[in-house]
Amino acid sequence: MSGNPYQEDRGNKDASITRPGMGGEIEHRDSGPARAASADSFLVGEAMTGGYGKGPDILHDCTIAVDRGEIAVIVGPNGAGKSTAMKAVFGMLNMRSGRVLLDGEDITALSPQDRVKKGMGFVPQVRNIFPSMTVEENLEMGAFIREDDIRTTMEQVYDLFPILRDKRDQAAGELSGGQRQQVAVGRALMTQPKVLMLDEPTAGVSPIVMDELFDRIIEVARTGIPILMVEQNARQALEIADHGYVLVQGRNAHTGTGKELLADPEVRQSFLGG
Amino acid sequence: MDLLNAIVALLNFVIVPATAYGAQLALGALGVTLIYGILRFSNFAHGDTMAFGTTITILFTWWFQSLGVSLGPLPTALLALPFGIAGAALLMLGTDRVVYRFYRAQKAVPVILVIVSMGVMFVYNGLVRFIIGVDEQRFDDGDRFIISARDFKEMTGLDEGLALKSTQAITLVVAAIAVALLFWFLNKTRTGKSMRAFSDNEDLALLSGINPERVVVVTWLIVAALATVAGTLYGLDKGFKPFVYFQLLLPIFAAAIVGGLGSPLGAIAGGFVIAYSEVMITYAWKKVAGYLLPESLEPDGLAQLLSTDYKFAVSFAILVVVLLFKPTGLFKGQSV
Amino acid sequence: MTQSMRAPLLFAFVAALFLLEGLTDAWIFSGSWNTSLSILNMALVSAVMALGVNLQWGFAGLFNVGVMGFVALGGLATVLIAMPPSPGAWAAGGYQILLGLVLGAATIVAAILAYTRLPKGRRRTAVMLAVLVGGFFLYRWVFDAGVNAVESINPAVTGNLGGLNPCGDYRACGWMTIISWPVGGLLAAGAAWIIGKTALGLRSDYLAIATLGIAEIVIAVLKNEDWLSRGVKNVIGLPRPVPYEVDLQNDPGFVERAASLGLEPTLASTLYVKFGYALLFTIVLVLILWLAQKALASPWGRMMRAIRDNEVAAEAMGKDVKARHLQIFILGSAVCGLAGAMMTTLDGQLTPGTYQPLRFTFLVWVMMIVGGSGNNYGAVLGGFLVWWLWVQVEPLGAWLADLITTGMAEDNAFRIRIMDAVAHMRLFTMGVVMLLMLRFAPRGLLPER
Repeated sequence: MSGNPYQEDRGNKDASITRPGMGGEIEHRDSGPARAASADSFLVGEAMTGGYGKGPDILHDCTIAVDRGEIAVIVGPNGAGKSTAMKAVFGMLNMRSGRVLLDGEDITALSPQDRVKKGMGFVPQVRNIFPSMTVEENLEMGAFIREDDIRTTMEQVYDLFPILRDKRDQAAGELSGGQRQQVAVGRALMTQPKVLMLDEPTAGVSPIVMDELFDRIIEVARTGIPILMVEQNARQALEIADHGYVLVQGRNAHTGTGKELLADPEVRQSFLGG
Repeated sequence: MDLLNAIVALLNFVIVPATAYGAQLALGALGVTLIYGILRFSNFAHGDTMAFGTTITILFTWWFQSLGVSLGPLPTALLALPFGIAGAALLMLGTDRVVYRFYRAQKAVPVILVIVSMGVMFVYNGLVRFIIGVDEQRFDDGDRFIISARDFKEMTGLDEGLALKSTQAITLVVAAIAVALLFWFLNKTRTGKSMRAFSDNEDLALLSGINPERVVVVTWLIVAALATVAGTLYGLDKGFKPFVYFQLLLPIFAAAIVGGLGSPLGAIAGGFVIAYSEVMITYAWKKVAGYLLPESLEPDGLAQLLSTDYKFAVSFAILVVVLLFKPTGLFKGQSV
Repeated sequence: MTQSMRAPLLFAFVAALFLLEGLTDAWIFSGSWNTSLSILNMALVSAVMALGVNLQWGFAGLFNVGVMGFVALGGLATVLIAMPPSPGAWAAGGYQILLGLVLGAATIVAAILAYTRLPKGRRRTAVMLAVLVGGFFLYRWVFDAGVNAVESINPAVTGNLGGLNPCGDYRACGWMTIISWPVGGLLAAGAAWIIGKTALGLRSDYLAIATLGIAEIVIAVLKNEDWLSRGVKNVIGLPRPVPYEVDLQNDPGFVERAASLGLEPTLASTLYVKFGYALLFTIVLVLILWLAQKALASPWGRMMRAIRDNEVAAEAMGKDVKARHLQIFILGSAVCGLAGAMMTTLDGQLTPGTYQPLRFTFLVWVMMIVGGSGNNYGAVLGGFLVWWLWVQVEPLGAWLADLITTGMAEDNAFRIRIMDAVAHMRLFTMGVVMLLMLRFAPRGLLPER
C-alpha cells in the first residue's frame, strides 16, 4: 500500500457503484515540441532506454527502424521487451534516453495521440476495437481526427477486408477473432497513416486465419505503407519481413533482413527451434 | 362483472400514473447510466443534481410568473426549463473542474470517485437548501387536466373516471423528446459516437484522437439536461421537495441496474419496470376487484399487497430478483 | 510532525475542544458542561459507528451505504428488549403474528426449494409461483389478523407488542437496556447475513445498492409496522441504565454531595446522568476498539488485509474470499447495530421518522474518511471530530455571518439572507470538509500506515 492514495480501491469490486474492467491505461500527458532531424530510415527508435512509469528499465539501448515500403518485424523470446519496444516508439513509455524520429522529425517528446496525428497508426495487441459499436462506426472512429471525406478510405479498407463490408452494421464485439483483428487494422488504416505499427496481430487466432492475416498485411505494405510489427510466430513473420530485429532482454541481439536472420544458425538455434 | 369500468379504474389509478413515474425514473436512470458508462462510477449526487436543476427551474418559473409571462395552458416551468438546464450544466462543469478533474489526472480508481460523489452530494444538498429551503414547493400552473375525471364520466357515461393530468401528458411528451434526442445524439452524431467509443475502450479512443476531456464535458452537459428534465417533470407531477429527490436515488439506481448499468436502453426499460411494479404492488386493488369479481368474492380489505410506505422495498425486491436471474440486467449492461 | 506523535496530538486537540466547550463561553463555545457532555455522548456513539464502517470499508473494501438501517435495527432492539410487554398483546395476536412471520419465511424457503430441487421448465415456474402467491395470501391472512388485534390494544399508549422487561415498574430494570445493546448488534448481524448472502453471492457483487435498499426497507418497516415499533407514533420513555434526574434530586445524599461541590441539584443531576452515559459508552468504545485492534493484529486480520490488497493472490492461496467478506460485513454491521442501540438508549425513545441517510449513513462515511480509513484510531478520531463539527457548525456559521455582516442594519436584506442560510450550513460544510480531505489528505488524519 504505497504510491498513489487515489488508486487504493481496497479490492472493492462492487458492480453497483463502479464499472468493472479496465479503464484507460495510457498516461494523459502533454506533448513537447517536434524538432527537425535527419535519419536514414522513415521511422527510427534510436538507442531507446526506459521502462513503465517509475519502474525499472525494460529497454536498454534498443534500436528499431523501418524504411519506406518495408515490413520490419520485432521477434524474440517471451519477456524480451518486444511489445515494450513498440510502445516506446509510440510514446507510451518513459524514455530515459534515446529518441524517436519520424520522417525527418524528432518526435520523442510527443504524446501518443499527437503521434497519431503525425501519421503513426497503431494497433494494440488486445482491446483494439470498440466492441459495442458497429464495424462501420469502428472505422469512423478510426478517422476521428480527419476533417475531410473519409468515404474513399473506408472503401479502400472494405476492398482490403471484404468480410468487413458484409458485416459493416454488426457490432464488432460479435465478430470472430480474425475478423476483429481485421477491424482493428482497418480502424488504424482510417487515419491514412504514414506508418502502421501492429502489436502481435495474430495473437490468439487459428493458423489458417493467421496466414490470411499475413497476406493482408503484405497487401497493406504493397500500398506503400511501411509496417512495423511485433510477432510471436517468428518464422512466418521473418519470412515476410524485409527487416528483422531479434530482441533479448530489451537489447538488440540480432539485426538483419528477414532472410539473413532465418539463415543465421544462432537465431535458428535459439528462437526458431532449430 | 363490469370489465369496462375495471379497465378505466386500472388505467386511471395504475397505468397512467405509473407511466408518468416510469418516464421520470427513466430520465433519472439515463443520467446515472451515462456517468457509469463513461466516468465509470455511480454518482451519488444524482438525486441532488436533479433537485438543483429543478430549483433553478422553479426560480425562473417564479420570475416569469411575476413578469406575467406564461405559456397559456402549458406550465410556465417548460419555459424556465432551459434556464434550469443551463444552471445545472454550469454547476456540473464547475464541479468537474474543481473536483472531478483532479482525480482523472491522478488516474484515481472509480470507487474513490464514488466516495467523492458523496461529498458532492452533501454540497449540492446544502446548496439547494441555501437557495430554496427544505419545504415543499408547487410550481405547476396552466391547465391542471387534459381530461378530468368528471368530464370523462360525462363523456362516456361510465361510473369510473379517467383523469389525465396535463403534467402527466407533458411528462410523457417531454421525456419522449428527450430520449429521442439523446439516442439520435449518441448514435448519429460524431460527438455522440465518440462518447460511446470512449465508454467502450478508453485507450483506443485516445489513440483515435478523441479528446477525453471533451467527452467528459459533453457527458456532464447531457447529464445536467437529463437530470433537470427528470427533476422538473417529477416536481410538476408530484411537487418539489428536496428530501424526496434525494430519496429518488434508490429507485433510480435500481432502474439503472435492473436495465443493465451502462445501457441507455436498459435505463429506460428499468425505469418503467420499477415504476410499474411499485405502483401495482402498492395500489389498493379493491376498486378494480369490485368491478371484476362477483359480490360474494369481493375483498373486505383494500386488497393492497403492500402499504405504499414499502415502495422502496418493491424497487429493491425487483432488483434482487432480476440480478439473481440475469446478473447483467435486462439489457446487457457493462457491469460484468 | 512524526507519525507516532500525530495521533496523541490530534486526540489532545479533540479533548481540548470538549474541555473548552465546558470551560468558556468565548467564541463559539457555550461554556456549559451539560452541552459538552451531550456532544461527547453522541460523539462516542458516532465513533463506534465509524469503527463499524471502518471494519467494512477500511479493512475489506466493502461499500456499505446502509449504515442507517443497521443503526435503526439496533434502536429497535432496545424497544424489543427493554420495554415492558404490552398487557394482553401477546395473547391477543402476538403469537399469531409470529405464526404469520413463520409462514412467510416458510413460503420463501419453499419457493427456493422448489426452484433448486425441481427440474428446469414450465412446471418449476408454475410450482414456484403457486407457492409464492398461495403462501403470500396465507401469510397476509394470518399475519394481518394478528396485527389488527395487537394494534387495537390501547393504540394511544401501546398498540405494539412491547419488549421483554420483566419488572413491574419497568423503569426499575434499566439494566435491560444494556442487554439490548448486544441484541441490537445481533439483529443487525442477522440482517447483514441476509444481505451479504444475497448481494455478495451474485456473480459480481452488488453490496452497495443492496445496503442502500435494505436501509430504506428497515426504516419503512419501523415506520409502518406499528405492532413492532409503534411506527411514527414513536416509542417513548425507554428505561435507562443510569438513574433518573428526579430521583437524584430527591435523594438528600446526592443533593448534599452536589452542594459540597458547589453545584445546584438540578444541574448536578443532569451532569451526573450524562456522565454516567459517557462512562458506559466509553467502556463500550474502548472494548470494541481493543477488540478491533486485536483482531487486526491477529492472523485473521492479516488475512483480511491480504485479501483486500490482493484478492487474486489470496484466492490462489486457498482463502475463501467470499466467506471472509461475509464475515467482516456481518461484524461491521453488528457494531453499527450496537451503536444504534446505544443511541436509542441515550435518546430514551425510538423515533423512526428521524432516521435519514445523510445523517446516519453518509455522515458516518465522512467521519471515517476524515479520520482515516483503515485505521481504527482514525475512525474514532473522525467520529469525535466530525460530530463536534456537525453540532458546532451552526454557532460557527452564526459567528461567521456576524463577522461578515458587521455594521449592517438588523433589517438589511443581505444580512437576513445570510442569517437564514446559517441554518442550512451543516450539510454544505460536511461536504466541503469531505471533499477537502479526499483531495488533500486522501488517507485521512491518521493514515493506515
